[in-house]
Amino acid sequence: MTPVVEVRRAQRGASKPARDEILGRVRSALAGVEPDREPVAAPPGVRAADLVARFAERVADYRATVVHRAPGDVAVSVAAALPSGARVVVPPGLPDDLRAAVAGAVVDDGLSAAELDEIDAVVTCCRVAIAETGTIVLDHAPDQGRRAVTLVPDRHVCVVRAHQVVADVPDAVAVLDPERPLTWISGPSATSDIELDRVEGVHGPRVLHVIVVEETG
Amino acid sequence: MTHTFVGMPPFPTAAREALADTQLRHNLVHATATIRGKRAGVVAEVENWEELRLAGAAVKDRALRGLDERLVQLEESLTARGAVVHWARDAAEANRVVVDVARRHGVDEVVKVKSMVTQEIGLNEALQAAGIAAWETDLAELIVQLGGDLPSHILVPAIHRNRAEIRDIFRRRMAEAGRPAPADLSDDPAALAAAARAHLREKFLRARMAVSGANFAVADTGTLVVVESEGNGRMCLTLPDVLVSVVGIEKVVPTWAELDPLLRLLPRSSTGERMNPYTSTWSGVTPGDGPQEVHVVLLDNGRTRALADDVGRQALRCIRCSACLNVCPVYERVGGHAYGSVYPGPIGAILNPLLKGTGDPQTDSLPYASSLCGACFEACPVRIDIPEVLVHLRSKVVDGHREDRVPKPEAIAMRSAAWTLSRGPRLGFAERLTGTGLGVARRFGAARWTSARDLPAAPRESFRAWWRRTDGRLDDSGG
Ligand code: SF4
Repeated sequence: MTPVVEVRRAQRGASKPARDEILGRVRSALAGVEPDREPVAAPPGVRAADLVARFAERVADYRATVVHRAPGDVAVSVAAALPSGARVVVPPGLPDDLRAAVAGAVVDDGLSAAELDEIDAVVTCCRVAIAETGTIVLDHAPDQGRRAVTLVPDRHVCVVRAHQVVADVPDAVAVLDPERPLTWISGPSATSDIELDRVEGVHGPRVLHVIVVEETG
Repeated sequence: MTHTFVGMPPFPTAAREALADTQLRHNLVHATATIRGKRAGVVAEVENWEELRLAGAAVKDRALRGLDERLVQLEESLTARGAVVHWARDAAEANRVVVDVARRHGVDEVVKVKSMVTQEIGLNEALQAAGIAAWETDLAELIVQLGGDLPSHILVPAIHRNRAEIRDIFRRRMAEAGRPAPADLSDDPAALAAAARAHLREKFLRARMAVSGANFAVADTGTLVVVESEGNGRMCLTLPDVLVSVVGIEKVVPTWAELDPLLRLLPRSSTGERMNPYTSTWSGVTPGDGPQEVHVVLLDNGRTRALADDVGRQALRCIRCSACLNVCPVYERVGGHAYGSVYPGPIGAILNPLLKGTGDPQTDSLPYASSLCGACFEACPVRIDIPEVLVHLRSKVVDGHREDRVPKPEAIAMRSAAWTLSRGPRLGFAERLTGTGLGVARRFGAARWTSARDLPAAPRESFRAWWRRTDGRLDDSGG
């Protein structure tokens, strides 16, 4: 691969006149317009009384599977979410209790896309979950793995801890780190491109299985 | 085999052709009504929707009013995170950047995420001319590309095709482009989607370079955002080694936190969902995860012209949700192709003249492709006052033709718009709009359009009021 630094130097040189001209056009277009210094404060999101219940209801609306489990039952329910004989991949930082549930799983160490395509399912955690929209957000930390790992296999089993569920989009934006790549997932992949008939499952995982772990005490 | 909108006839001619296509009209009516209903349901769930619209508009306005600083900041934050930033004054410059990157890597194909801006600049044709195949990976775009025609709706570009036509296109054309469709392919949407999955997976797994647009570009963090449904976006943004994103300079959002209202507004307005299936964000290069060479092309191509127009500037707030298309009585009748641009419908009627300037007959006819009913403004999540901009642009068109001795284009356009709307009774327009639609059509028919700057006189019940009352549903028309 061409060293990026070299590419950058060459390219910026080449587009410098364009850069200067565009910025010049912007400045003359905005002559006399005062920029607004203060960030816009958006109105608050919706806050359901029972966040976990709302989250589960909204996930189910997308025709994803969602189950509630006590902490002690998580391993069993992860195992139950995987068809027998399924080839499973897990991210390197999956917590031990979950890892134990999928003893035969491959641990991702940079598998190629073609290798991932041979795998049936992936088990991960998430960074945050949004009750109002039924969304899971991955920030691809070691307990979630690289982006490709949760994309290529056809079944995604995702464990959400109850304390990770926030009320609405603004609450999620506030805790997420934009420097990390983020994947917001709301149900299985879907298309309505053919006569507006919704079809679940195009390119991303066709099955999304969410396990919400209720915390005790 | 190039498919562009170049050389399209002006709106009235194209609209007349579209009106004669009953299949297209039937699909459009069904699609727009379905999306309208879904949108209304999820918008009603949000109590402070109007405040949210105000916030969304304010965020985009803030970005635009300080655009020079924001762009410099975006460039800095992208560069700091390992991305290569390019600037392109026009389509040709942007295309050249993408072709150069492809050539440097010696690729003969790229995979593409649905992106209006790359259609705007004719990127696929430019790549093709350089011997590089550009594979569209969004299902609808794939249908359009394999079918050799043009997209007709921002959100559902293949809205003009029904399932039987799609099956035929897949059966005839997939083999030329890669993995063939199964011989016994049915016209069941699930089977068609599965055929697309198999056809495209082969391409995703081998592609070394992808091209995307972006829904938003966050200046303070250098974060690009792609909002999608199918997962083809995630495939393109994740699997290849090299990613080039072409981003219009109006896509800027000042700060990460200000993305929030836009992420709440867009899916509900667009597909009528609380959230779309997938949203991907990335900030430059992430070592060990995803493309390791990331380029961002910041494109002007007329945007600074629009920015300089005090009234028209607001059109740059557009987040391409397509809500204004789905509520537009003119769009519902004629479809997207009649607008002769990748940006159809009410937003296209203002955006095209703002980007290109007035003076060309096709562009000049667009501000007349409207009855000024106001439904688009009510639906717009970032409160673009499309009727206001339409009236403003009509006056610009008229001013541009003061010296003409032949009939003014707007006179011709109005006669044709009248024709379009006065066909209403046959199209079910009368029942759907009660007396108001007819009143509007009759007024146009009477051709008393002496001043292009006057709004039509108020009818018994305005379309807007009727809309608010019934949300466009037939069964509610009795109130
Ligand atoms: S103008 Fe408004 S309603 Fe129309 S596509 Fe743009 S954001 Fe959506």
